[in-house]
Amino acid sequence: MRNIKALLAVSAIALAAGAVTVSSLSAATAPKPKAQDWSFQGLFGTFDRASLQRGFQVYKEVCSGCHGLKHVAYRNLAALGYTEAQVKAFAAEVEVTDGPNDNGEMFTRKARPSDRFKSPFPNEQAARAANNGAYPPDLSVITKARPKGTDYLYALLTTYKEEPPQGMKMPEGMFYNEAFAGQQIAMVPPLAADAVQYQDGTKATVPQMAKDVTTFLAWAAEPELEERKAMGRAVIIFLIVLTAFMYALKRKVWSDLH
Amino acid sequence: MSHSAEDTGPGHPAGDDGETRRDFLTLATAALGVGGAALAVWPLIDSMNPAADTLALSTIEVDIKAVKPGQRITVKWRGKPVFIDHRTPEQIKKAEADDGAGLPDPQADKDRVKKPEWLVLVGVCTHLGCVPLGQKPSQPRGEFGGWFCPCHGSHYDFSGRIRKGPAPTNLEVPQYQFLNETTLRIG
Amino acid sequence: MTAPSEPTGAAPTEGSPGMIGKAKDWIDYRMPIFSFMDHELHEYPTPKNLNYWWNFGSLAGIILVIMIATGIVLAMNYTPHVDHAFNSVERIMRDVNYGWLIRYVHMNGASMFFLVVYIHIFRGLYYGSYKPPRELLWWLGIVILLLMMMTAFMGYVLPWGQMSFWGATVITNLFSAIPWVGDAIVTWLWGGFSVDNPTLQRFFSLHYLLPFVIVGVVVLHLWALHTHGSNNPLGIDRKSDKDSIPFHPYYTIKDLYGLGVLLIFYMAIVFFAPNVLGEPDNYIPANPLVTPAHIVPEWYLLPFYAILRSITFDIWFVEAKLLGVIAMFASIFILFLLPWLDFSKVRSARFRPIYKQLFWVFLVDCILLGMVGAHAPNDKVFPGIANFEYVQLGQITTAYYFAHFLILMPLLAKFEPTRPLPESISEPVLGNRAEAGE
Repeated sequence: MRNIKALLAVSAIALAAGAVTVSSLSAATAPKPKAQDWSFQGLFGTFDRASLQRGFQVYKEVCSGCHGLKHVAYRNLAALGYTEAQVKAFAAEVEVTDGPNDNGEMFTRKARPSDRFKSPFPNEQAARAANNGAYPPDLSVITKARPKGTDYLYALLTTYKEEPPQGMKMPEGMFYNEAFAGQQIAMVPPLAADAVQYQDGTKATVPQMAKDVTTFLAWAAEPELEERKAMGRAVIIFLIVLTAFMYALKRKVWSDLH
Repeated sequence: MSHSAEDTGPGHPAGDDGETRRDFLTLATAALGVGGAALAVWPLIDSMNPAADTLALSTIEVDIKAVKPGQRITVKWRGKPVFIDHRTPEQIKKAEADDGAGLPDPQADKDRVKKPEWLVLVGVCTHLGCVPLGQKPSQPRGEFGGWFCPCHGSHYDFSGRIRKGPAPTNLEVPQYQFLNETTLRIG
Repeated sequence: MTAPSEPTGAAPTEGSPGMIGKAKDWIDYRMPIFSFMDHELHEYPTPKNLNYWWNFGSLAGIILVIMIATGIVLAMNYTPHVDHAFNSVERIMRDVNYGWLIRYVHMNGASMFFLVVYIHIFRGLYYGSYKPPRELLWWLGIVILLLMMMTAFMGYVLPWGQMSFWGATVITNLFSAIPWVGDAIVTWLWGGFSVDNPTLQRFFSLHYLLPFVIVGVVVLHLWALHTHGSNNPLGIDRKSDKDSIPFHPYYTIKDLYGLGVLLIFYMAIVFFAPNVLGEPDNYIPANPLVTPAHIVPEWYLLPFYAILRSITFDIWFVEAKLLGVIAMFASIFILFLLPWLDFSKVRSARFRPIYKQLFWVFLVDCILLGMVGAHAPNDKVFPGIANFEYVQLGQITTAYYFAHFLILMPLLAKFEPTRPLPESISEPVLGNRAEAGE
């Protein structure tokens, strides 16, 4: 306890060091994205099921043409609030390769809920070949694979600009995007107003679609999030109670010495 | 508990009251601690139970439209072969006729099928686990027309019942249901 | 009392009551594990004045157990092959029951382990726990630290993300700096011509093995500890029974309380911020053809990484790259020499006013080294100031690190005026009472 002042000073330095490090690092790559409010943030965060379903629709109709989601299985869509029949129907829209059969041949069949999402390209080389050498990454964990992933993704989808700023020339096939590292991105702006007709009637503005698809992808990256936070609240409360008991017992045990 | 604590030092718990309080506290803390430890260990143990992707494959749906009478197909279910036999009327008659025939594991044929023309069996010999022969016309079917296990010579009949050989019980009938006329869900 | 010659004889000293007691006596007579535990818990003298900085050893031990338990379960589902590793980890996170929990506990447990061990080491530095007769205890601790660093380094490669691959590439490439045999050693480490499948598989094997080696060294560490007992905040030896108390129940309950506090912090991270200590780049599958913009190790290796990168100049015929490697290893091996570099007879910083200040300076220096490790060498430390880059800060902090051990410690040991030591551990408490006539 004597050196508590020194200890506090050092802890403050350590925390400041960490903060400075993190904030200056992100400046060296992509610019720091603007913070958004997400329903799944914080100690009590949950996913908005309606937003998840809309986001899935955006992924399916816009993104899945180039981006895979290979770590998610169709059966996982039940977590979005779909019935077993709906999940089966989503899967059945897709043809997947299976085999070999008894003749040694590969064949195609409708996907089942137990299958994982089919990727648009069989491998990275095919993906690059179809996209001028650029690789559209698989989106299964994209919100965890970028610093401030959810804010970044939203910014990426909503900060395309028609014209680059004065004096900046865009090479052929590149687009100006404020959020992307270097501000030049090969991805064609994927979202335009009403690109998707939402089944629940919500107006499909670009910010709305960006929010919904980011929510969906955040779920895809962390499907355990709600269970994790619920368990976390219970565990921390239990530990606080248990530690309080431990402390009381410690004081009791030591009372004959103090 | 501690021997030296009560002898040294100026203070000590004030008689019985202190002891009882300390004992309750000890008990409560120990109970919470042990309970917490059990809750902490459980995920490690439960993680060894089948994972979600394994469970997703625990039921399969089979399209039986193309299986003609007299034809047998094999599908994989939970890592094991399942025999689906589209029986002809003669085979069904023979199976039912043998209901009382001194079976090692007595069971009526009608208790082993939902629709008599479809026999669904787990293709694992109940002796020591080999896969019996008989699915293909070129394979031996044993003396009773069903299946024959080459490992130790068990013979199964038209209902998949053990008739001769070391296997103790009939070929297992898995849980299944007809989703419609042409689709079987197993498991 | 039954005589020892009888076949079902109880232990000669205790007539323990009841069936469990009889069973314990039977075992104890043949392998005295219960007497041993009894002695260590009840009779082994522990200084009565240990403060909470002494909790961190037991905390480290408990985290080791947690890491092994979660690691073994993870290994049941992990595939150590370049084509399947990343996918198998995602499967654990999504499909294995509680897989996400076990993985996050293991991943963040590594950070907790190093945090606890670093505090434990700094406690040793402050209170002189490395001084005679505890030099060997200190050495065994450094061996544990080295094994931990190897284990953590290899473990980080296993998910086969971008940082896994490139961190492995950078660190294994270091060994090519060794003259003559360097390249052969690197090829041998890799099992090929670059970090690839053979490397991943052997790292998995060794990552599973080393924690059990750590357990063995921990046993030696505890044996060395129990030979002379714990140091204490005053740094003076126990003189009589008045100075000590039995480990149980005093320190068992105190350690359990400390464990509770640690678990609150640890679990808060696991459940609410499981990726805050990690690098997002490691959620990108490894790509040998694309190097990430910044290659950084996990936070607990940053100070050593900084020292490695600080040496940017050749000395005579020795290349900068090799010097960096030497400096990095030297920064740990110098700890082995500490009992002789700091030969002051006074153990605890409580009675060494100058050393006490330098301790805090050293700690700040280590934190700064960590910051340096996290940044690109040519980043400016202060945005406005042009000529002060992290590489220069790194050189200053590295120089100070070695100066602390090689220059300051011996100087202080020889010349520092220390405060007078108390008579005994119990003296500050009982001494007054003696005057009061008790």
